[in-house]
Amino acid sequence: MSIAPHNIIVLAVVIFVSGCATRSPQLYQWGSYEGLVYDMYTHPGKAEPGVQIIKLSEDIQRASAEGKRVAPGIHAHLGYMYLIQGNSDSAVAEFTLERELYPESTVFIDGMLNRLSQNQRTN
Amino acid sequence: MIYSTRRTTLVLIIVGLSLMGCANMSAKTDYSAFEQYYPRSILVIPPLNNSVEANAPYIYLSTITRPLAEAGYYVYPVSVVDAFLKDNGLPTPGEMNAVPLEKIRENIGADAVLYVTIEEWGQKFELISSKSIVSAKARLVDVQTGTILWTGSAHLSDSSGNSSGGGLLGDIVAAVIDQVAGSVVDRTHGLSSQANHIMILNPRTGLLPGPYKLTAKDS
Repeated sequence: MSIAPHNIIVLAVVIFVSGCATRSPQLYQWGSYEGLVYDMYTHPGKAEPGVQIIKLSEDIQRASAEGKRVAPGIHAHLGYMYLIQGNSDSAVAEFTLERELYPESTVFIDGMLNRLSQNQRTN
Repeated sequence: MIYSTRRTTLVLIIVGLSLMGCANMSAKTDYSAFEQYYPRSILVIPPLNNSVEANAPYIYLSTITRPLAEAGYYVYPVSVVDAFLKDNGLPTPGEMNAVPLEKIRENIGADAVLYVTIEEWGQKFELISSKSIVSAKARLVDVQTGTILWTGSAHLSDSSGNSSGGGLLGDIVAAVIDQVAGSVVDRTHGLSSQANHIMILNPRTGLLPGPYKLTAKDS
């Protein structure tokens, strides 16, 4: 049995596309996170904590509606925005969610939570 | 007969393209240290800047989380880390890059650190075109031992104003429009995203798949 020429072409195209592309489906829904980080440093007025909290909360809701894991760092970044606003309860809640979802963050998150509770005690 | 010759030619062209598309094949990346210390988590330190664009480190920083996380690693929140380092008496990337690994292990707990140096960044104005460039070198270091696990480079440029089809005058007009427009729309942001995507996720020269990628495959 010989392979029909058009099959060879199809095969070659498949090799071409699969060999060089960085394929595979995305692990996460990225939403506005990277755009907000960009704006924070280049156009700070466009990324006030209040704006970031609204956008990141929307992203998190969308991810949970689609049954997707929230990307690394999103909950911690949101917690940091709450912290800037002086809302330490919500900050603690978000930092804790980051640690539950990603145990790799434990040392960093625990450090922030410790400093937060120390600040609250001294105030 | 004519048809089969054409087909053969087509196949040869496609195979040729597929080989060209995957350059880099000759120099095989050495992953032995990577495999030995296989990290789960990556801390990105705000980059050192050898370019004249002051914002370059932070534009870069806003485009590196996604490819690293999509490669399957836990990536510490870049802005929170930056704020943490600044709060601890390290106001600039220069000082942040000098933090001993032991301090990073104690305070952040990262398995590996990605150190980045920006080499070139921004727009270059030429007579009939303007070109945006992003160029950076990166190295991934094991926090416990200081071993270099991987190195990569993100280098990409786009040029515009060349294809207006309006002759030299058309080109000059297009370049001027482009330079004006470029000052409003920062093309380095998009280029930086693409360059990092290629650097991190290229199957031959990028990072090996991380834990979250591997578990996603299994399930």
